[in-house]
Amino acid sequence: MIDLTVIWASIIGFAIIAYVVMDGFDLGIGILFPFFKVGKDRDTAMNSIAPVWDGNETWLVMGVGGLLAAFPLAYAIILPALYAPMIAMLLGLVFRGVAFEFRWRDPAHRELWDRAFTLGSFIATFAQGIALGALLQGITVEGRSYAGGWWEWLSPFSILTGFGLVVGYALLGACWLNWKTEGALQRQAVTYAGRLGISLLLMIGLISLATLTLEAQYYLRWLSYPGVLATAIVPIATIAVTFLFYRSLRRTKDAQPFFWALALFGLCLVGLGISIWPNVIPARVTIWEAAAPHRSQVFMLIGASIMVPIIVAYTAWSYWVFRGKVGHDGYH
Amino acid sequence: MMIEQEWAIILARAQFAFTVSFHFLFPAFSIGLASFLAVLEGLWLKTGKGVYANLFRYWLKIFAVVFAMGVVSGIVMSYQFGTNWSVFSDKAGPVIGPLMAYEVLTAFFLEAGFLGVMLFGINKVGRKLHFVATLAVAIGTFISAFWILSVNSWMQTPVGYEIAANGQFMPGDSWWTIIFNPSFPYRLVHTLLAAYLTTAFAVGAVGAWHLLKDKANPGARKMFSMAMWMAAIVAPLQVVAGDFHGINTLEHQPAKVMAMEGHYQSHPNGAPLILFGIPNSKERTVDYAIEIPKASSLILKHDLNAPLAGLDTIPDADEPPVGIVFWAFRIMVGLGMAMVAIGMWSLLARARKQLYEWSWLHKAALLMGPSGFIAVLAGWVVTEVGRQPFTIYGVLRTVDSASPLDAPAVAFSLLAFVVVYFAVFGMGIWYLLRLMKKPPEAHESALDGAPIRSAGITPAPAVLEGAST
Repeated sequence: MIDLTVIWASIIGFAIIAYVVMDGFDLGIGILFPFFKVGKDRDTAMNSIAPVWDGNETWLVMGVGGLLAAFPLAYAIILPALYAPMIAMLLGLVFRGVAFEFRWRDPAHRELWDRAFTLGSFIATFAQGIALGALLQGITVEGRSYAGGWWEWLSPFSILTGFGLVVGYALLGACWLNWKTEGALQRQAVTYAGRLGISLLLMIGLISLATLTLEAQYYLRWLSYPGVLATAIVPIATIAVTFLFYRSLRRTKDAQPFFWALALFGLCLVGLGISIWPNVIPARVTIWEAAAPHRSQVFMLIGASIMVPIIVAYTAWSYWVFRGKVGHDGYH
Repeated sequence: MMIEQEWAIILARAQFAFTVSFHFLFPAFSIGLASFLAVLEGLWLKTGKGVYANLFRYWLKIFAVVFAMGVVSGIVMSYQFGTNWSVFSDKAGPVIGPLMAYEVLTAFFLEAGFLGVMLFGINKVGRKLHFVATLAVAIGTFISAFWILSVNSWMQTPVGYEIAANGQFMPGDSWWTIIFNPSFPYRLVHTLLAAYLTTAFAVGAVGAWHLLKDKANPGARKMFSMAMWMAAIVAPLQVVAGDFHGINTLEHQPAKVMAMEGHYQSHPNGAPLILFGIPNSKERTVDYAIEIPKASSLILKHDLNAPLAGLDTIPDADEPPVGIVFWAFRIMVGLGMAMVAIGMWSLLARARKQLYEWSWLHKAALLMGPSGFIAVLAGWVVTEVGRQPFTIYGVLRTVDSASPLDAPAVAFSLLAFVVVYFAVFGMGIWYLLRLMKKPPEAHESALDGAPIRSAGITPAPAVLEGAST
């Protein structure tokens, strides 16, 4: 018997991965934006993401829409629990989303919209990181609702995960620019990627250790024998991938460092899965408790199995259309 | 404590109303604009006439700004069901969640995936594929409207569900019944026509503005003519669609129609149509009413003497706010009639070959530029406020739908939304008006090839253009 709840958890997981893979780098470019020279360099950085940012962000809607549809109880508990970070994220996305158009429409205020782009990207990323931390550290649940206050999400741990994600997305942004640009901007991106890679490794280490102290379940999952033989692969692989990342960077590869950086994110998500599976709200609500009824799952699965491959295909096509190095004055 | 909870719900309602109203302005425009662009590009491909290419370029820039604002304000909505209406989401999620997931899967990705190619890709993919991208975006806007209006309609006329022991709404055995719930076909047609009219009157006003300055501008003439065709054809259709929608509402949500009509009392021998007046919910009467005897029965029942029940038959606890619904309905209908009038006036002008000459028509069309947006918002207020005090009509009350949030949290977020939306979208609307103020100029006739750089479809050439003006 195939368990549709597990399938749906995988689809949501896929949407989250797709979101991080695609929107991570364009938020990261927003975070790094003030460090690029005004003029050509900034225009190039912007042009490298302008045709794809909207599609990238749609995965965020897919993630949350999928959660509502497949795990309505989880959606109904998590979003009020993360109220302030979620509102901050949404407002951040407003600022950075309109900046893509507004900075070209109003040259006199371009500096202002560039700042809005950075501020919005930073806030959205930081809020997503905080949300992750708040989820991991535990949410107060009573019956079918959130029962904590409106500051429960705030803790040193959630601030740490917030900064962790900022560093991570900035790394993806730097690697994307290394791939898509040339000359001085590319060299600048490589320098940043070098610094950010090691910072991210540090952050991952800190967050991982801190996570172990949050819940007994996490500790047991990772460190009890013989499971530790399997879970130990994750930190070892993380170090190995970091090494491969730096090697590709040193060999001045264009695309490779980006994919190694993504692999680092992939390992973090695997780690996250090990910690919380099979809960959707860690240590409180399992995916089966939160799942939508069978009929809802089946109906959506039909749509998802037809549409997701088509979406992936035309998304890949649109990336293919805009392949190669990008110029500072649009696409030629 | 009780009072604080009440405040939390009022604030949450205010926040939803504010964010959805702002959001709705953008798709109401971009649904019609996407179709308009597809038509322009299709005509350009077919005829090769430069005027279509120029108009495409002109409106594409405007579309890009509108679309960006629609996207970012729309993401807010998809989260707000959870952040502020979590009990509703938990209960209704199994029914409405899948419909919204279908919206993401079949519409949002389609629009977003092809928007990049539509805006920046013509030199990369060629004319035909570019046209496919434009069509994909236009179809995406339509599919999006389909699903979200299905969700909204189900909340107005819920059918095809069972209520489970844990309080959740469970889908019954037919999704078809849920999707095509009783009010959906009417609401879909009425809203889509509204979006087309909104665009037609916005485009018409821009055309009129430039005609008032230069009657010979070929771009201004073409867009004004196209917009006036839409007004002449779609506005009367909308009156018919609105009538059907109203009759459907009378059948399924009679209290809403009573509020629209200002019928506090039942009328066993034919109800009057109140044209104007001030609803007085305390005295249960409409003060200073100007009314046409029996006309309401004629419109709603197509019979002068048909009895119509009033709000006296509805328990007080189930009564929607009358004043807001009553006024919003009159604003919507009044604007709709004005739209029909403009459409007829334009037909007359066209028949006399004075379409580009009659400056009073142009002035009126200019004045009517924002009419679609106002009418759409007013219509939305009628249907949403008229559904109160329920979120799921007759089954789940608004007061039982909200998240367990402290009032200060919602007060802060509402304040933040108000400040950010007015600042950001205010600037955005200012940019739109600036784009519209520029006359459509005759560039080279093609959309692809070198001319695209001077036309400013790609972002960076827009810089050059911006720098040179």
